[in-house]
Amino acid sequence: MPAKMQLTKGNEALAMGAIAGGCDCFFGYPITPQNEVPEVLSYEMPKRGRVFVQAESEVASINMVYGAAAAGKRAMTSSSSPGVSLMMEGLSYIACAELPCLIVNVMRGGPGLGSITPSQGDYFQACKGGGHGDYHSIVLAPWNVQEMYEFPALAFELADRYRCPAMILADGVLGAMMEPAIIADNAPPPTVPEKTWATNGRNGRAHKNVVNSLVIDPYGLRDHNLKLQAKYKKMQCETRWDTRDVDDAEILVVAYGISARLALSGCKLARKEGVKAGLLRPITLYPFPTEPIAECAANKKRVLVVELSAGQMVEDVRLAINGRVPVDFYGEMGGVIPSPVEICRKIVEAAQ
Amino acid sequence: MLEQTILAGFGGQGVLMMGKLLAQSAMEEGISATWLPSYGPEMRGGTANCIVVISDDEIGSPVSESYDAVVAMNQPSLEKFESKVRPGGTMLINKSIVPIKASRDDVEVYYVAANDIAEHECGSTQAANVVMLGALQSVRQKLKSHSIEKAIAYVFASKGQSVIDSNLKAFAAGMTSLHQNATAC
Repeated sequence: MPAKMQLTKGNEALAMGAIAGGCDCFFGYPITPQNEVPEVLSYEMPKRGRVFVQAESEVASINMVYGAAAAGKRAMTSSSSPGVSLMMEGLSYIACAELPCLIVNVMRGGPGLGSITPSQGDYFQACKGGGHGDYHSIVLAPWNVQEMYEFPALAFELADRYRCPAMILADGVLGAMMEPAIIADNAPPPTVPEKTWATNGRNGRAHKNVVNSLVIDPYGLRDHNLKLQAKYKKMQCETRWDTRDVDDAEILVVAYGISARLALSGCKLARKEGVKAGLLRPITLYPFPTEPIAECAANKKRVLVVELSAGQMVEDVRLAINGRVPVDFYGEMGGVIPSPVEICRKIVEAAQ
Repeated sequence: MLEQTILAGFGGQGVLMMGKLLAQSAMEEGISATWLPSYGPEMRGGTANCIVVISDDEIGSPVSESYDAVVAMNQPSLEKFESKVRPGGTMLINKSIVPIKASRDDVEVYYVAANDIAEHECGSTQAANVVMLGALQSVRQKLKSHSIEKAIAYVFASKGQSVIDSNLKAFAAGMTSLHQNATAC
């Protein structure tokens, strides 16, 4: 069936996007505000002969993902902040074992059990490790329902290309809101590259495939780390970002996900008040658009970073700009959504 | 064009559906729309609301500090959201079950007997939400009435033609309600 424009909830779009992206297996444990993801997959996956398992915990979910990914399947899990924290050990193992998979975090207020309202407090966790050891996941930040639908396929594709975990970092607003989005109810399955490393039976091969995250010899582990680091370096070419009205802007606003939506409105309000503001939105949070930000900020008066956190991504923006342009920060925490009017006020202040 | 609306009431009054119909209508017209429900502990207490933004431009924020229109289907919604209407904006109040008046004098206030009209026209107060949608349409006019009728037919399609017809009737009654029954302040 051809894709058509449908009024769709972010979480539902993400579930349909996972199916379109060729997800073979979903393992998850319920948590607000992402429950529509497993809800939709619980009936859509079996219909297509694919696997849906409600696991006994998040720890179990991520280890089921580990196993399915090792067998060469497109495997995913979805959760929200406290649940994702529980998965960090497994994620580190998956990264070490070089397995492609998808982890979705529809972020809610933290720390702790926090709240069920939207937040972006898990940037550090998603982009700076989260689990132990020197590893990275590819991190994608959708900002509308259309991207909630499209990013699972992109995440699987990138994960396969680099044999690493990919994460979609959304938030409670993106999960709950509806927007028109082009959704295919029955998209043809994507072409998945052959996984010659998968532990899915010997199949007459001369060698035995082994998936492992234990490298006991220090030099062996060092070499494995060097290989991982080389891969992360190579991954930098996957950097994605988007801009609005930056060319003539005197103030550059940098924000991702739902904050970028709020900031876009803030920029438009600021222009009405005579301050030229533009928006740069990182789409990949890892790899981070360091050079695009530095380049874009070069001729600006000031930079304002907006997040639903105490200031996490702002550290990477400051590193990118390296002191050449002053960087301000505005954030709200705990599930409070900063208003576009307040963002506009910060932009106008910055211009003075 | 940018129109930001809050629709609020008791859970079960169909306020989320009302918002969905607005967003669906905007989509029918090929313009942008966002629909954001309230979610969280307040829903367990029995109130529900959603925010609908429609625009012929790309929509940034799905929420705002103040709104062009607020629809209050019950008294707690009036009390909670009256301060959110922007000066010169519009407020619609379901006078069938809201015994009090709005206190703002810098906004347009319309009182609609949504439950009574729904009961009279459709034999059930269930369609009060669509009556109110008709009333909202008659005073804001940001979308074509035909688009809303198409949205009603699409959204209620799975419930059968009689439900579609009943809601179209409720919508039409809401559209004319403010010429007959209601008072603008």
